[in-house]
Amino acid sequence: MDTFFLIAGMALVTFLIRYGLLPLSGRITFSKGVTRALGYVPPTVLTAIIVPAALLPDGHTLQFSFSNPYLVGAVLTAVIGRLSNNLLVTIVGGMTVFVLWQWVLQAVWI
Amino acid sequence: MEVKDLDIKSKRTEFFSGARDTLPLVIGAIPFGIIFGTLSGSAGLSAAGTMGMSLFVFAGSAQFIAMGLVGAGTAWPLIVLATCVVNFRHLLYTAALLPYLKHLPQRWQTVLAFGLTDETFAVAIGRYARTDDGPHKHWYQLGSMVFMYTNWNLCTFAGLAAGRILADIGHWGLDFAMVAAFIGMIIPYVKNRPTCFAVVVAGATAVLFNGLPHKLGLILATAAGITAGVTADALLTRKRDAGQARGL
Repeated sequence: MDTFFLIAGMALVTFLIRYGLLPLSGRITFSKGVTRALGYVPPTVLTAIIVPAALLPDGHTLQFSFSNPYLVGAVLTAVIGRLSNNLLVTIVGGMTVFVLWQWVLQAVWI
Repeated sequence: MEVKDLDIKSKRTEFFSGARDTLPLVIGAIPFGIIFGTLSGSAGLSAAGTMGMSLFVFAGSAQFIAMGLVGAGTAWPLIVLATCVVNFRHLLYTAALLPYLKHLPQRWQTVLAFGLTDETFAVAIGRYARTDDGPHKHWYQLGSMVFMYTNWNLCTFAGLAAGRILADIGHWGLDFAMVAAFIGMIIPYVKNRPTCFAVVVAGATAVLFNGLPHKLGLILATAAGITAGVTADALLTRKRDAGQARGL
């Protein structure tokens, strides 16, 4: 049921934003400041989602160590991303180093 | 009769050239669509929810962020609020297209507004701005959006199928795939110092306020990040202007 409300809500607000101004044939222009501020939205939202996921994988304890594969994986993924500038290479490379690091950790602990 | 034939032909020509000119952007969207479909399962979205989002919302970055928020256990009203913020830029697109769309009948406006993605806006505004007075330029935009929409939904479906198969094979680091995908999407933005600063502040704030209920920390972190970016940008601009003034 939550999924229904989620999708209905998202669909509604997205459509209203895209349609919203059409009935008003007024001259609405955004100031440069607003446009510039909106440009920061995607990178900051995405960062706010993944940084806690990498640093607090269990949801409450900060794991700032090499034994946290999410953190090591995230740092190496960023390096791969910077070097490759290619989304698919970054994702596949990132998943590979993450899985490899988990194996290394298991081997070390045995 | 002849005139009418010509008319239909030019509508069709507009439609297909809109689709053709969108091809590079359609190709660019393919990995995003497939990745969205693949990862949604591990984030906790049902197959129907995943397809429903692509069919009814049709907004790539908002869908990715919603998926991330669902995975983090965020309540749906907050996700709808986040969608508002992320898609707010589309208001600019409508504002820019307003002079070209306002004479169209309402059903056209409704359809074109539904499909006004970043990609279709970028392609269509170029066509509207061309100075020839073709009466069917909106068919061009329709062609672009139909191509984007079909592709986005096919890719979501393909990714959905792939995700279910992979999940059965076993553990392939899929729970990390979203983190990797988001890092890959952030990197192209981080090209200047204000954005760098915005991202660092957003990340630190998100960790600091991670314990807040309903993932309110995310909203705080985004607001802090945007403020940091805008402030850094203003300070750098002022410093540069001051330097230029001294140079003169």
